[in-house]
Amino acid sequence: MSKVIERTIDATEHPISPYIRMDRMPHIWCPTCGIGTVVKCYATALDESGIDINKVSIVSGIGCTGRTAGYMNLDGFHTTHGRAVPFATGLKLGRPELLVTVFSGDGDLVGIGGNHFIHAARRNIDLLVILINNFIYGMTGGQNAPTTPITAKTSTMPFGNFERPFNIPHLAASCGASYVARYTSLHVRRMTKAFKEALSRKGFRFIEIVTPCSTLYARLNKLGTGLNLINYYEKSSEIRNGVDTRDIDISFQDKIICGKFIDEERPTFLDMMHDHYKRTLGDRYVPMSNEGGMIRE
Amino acid sequence: MKFWRKPLDLDQVEIPRGEVHIIADRCKGCEFCVEYCPKDVLEMSTEFNAKGYHSPIVVKPNECVNCGLCEMICPEFAIFCIQLENRRLVDQEIESFEPETTPRMVAL
Repeated sequence: MSKVIERTIDATEHPISPYIRMDRMPHIWCPTCGIGTVVKCYATALDESGIDINKVSIVSGIGCTGRTAGYMNLDGFHTTHGRAVPFATGLKLGRPELLVTVFSGDGDLVGIGGNHFIHAARRNIDLLVILINNFIYGMTGGQNAPTTPITAKTSTMPFGNFERPFNIPHLAASCGASYVARYTSLHVRRMTKAFKEALSRKGFRFIEIVTPCSTLYARLNKLGTGLNLINYYEKSSEIRNGVDTRDIDISFQDKIICGKFIDEERPTFLDMMHDHYKRTLGDRYVPMSNEGGMIRE
Repeated sequence: MKFWRKPLDLDQVEIPRGEVHIIADRCKGCEFCVEYCPKDVLEMSTEFNAKGYHSPIVVKPNECVNCGLCEMICPEFAIFCIQLENRRLVDQEIESFEPETTPRMVAL
């Protein structure tokens, strides 16, 4: 159970308003979309872990979830489609002191940017990747995504999907991610705890959040509204921490296995690079300062 | 909390108390807060807000225990809780206390 933190709140302002650009509210996300809940939980995790928000940056790609970088009151980057991870990699290598979060959707991160995702996990680059999975390409009109479960209908597969979907936690784990978790947008407390835990770790940390998409996924599959989807998450999600990631595929309207699957320490890309060059070059190697190379002069 | 009987120290128990604030014009009427409030403090109003949605209203202000679930689950940043001083149950509530036999358990 998370502990109650002491805070003073102005009765007219929302308590997370320092983390959100309130002048841009209301946001564009549909009624009953779960992305707002995830943003709220991420802001709460930042607030409770007491990190200096000038040292946090957020990178996102294109899509519904891609709007997050613009809505959060952090240094952000709204990048090209699928290329959130490469931009974040560059940011992290250029200024290693920053805490870089990639906040993007399933179609952006594992569909169009799938190659970047697996290589960032393989290199164990120091990123926190939050993937919001709504099983469909939302903003572009409900096309088939690499996470759409078999038999689910999308606008490009009106007779049902027949492609095998990705099991993304298993993909991240097999490529070498050091922290892998999955929750639904109903698990607000566990999600906030996972964000807090992941913010304090090093290496490629991956958290998948299953969220409802009422406008496209629920409408095309006749599943009702987002509230019906949230009720379905309540009934069919199951917390199994430490389970083998091979067994956590999501089938259409079937059980969703949630929990923390992997949490282990591995040397990150920058650690390996410094070690290697120190060994091979000796005194000739001058590592870049933590604030970035260009700022020193 | 699941009770099978009336706790003996019911008059000693301190109950946290919260005050729910709703920014009605930001609400898009998703009903998550109404559905998952553990004390059923909220209810959908019949009035429309500026955007044309029904926003929630507080119907049982004394029941709120400042759990903050509505604040966490709201996708629109439109509802939040403020902690008030703890309170003790009054005699009338102790007399009419009924053990909850089938509470709705949600793993959040």
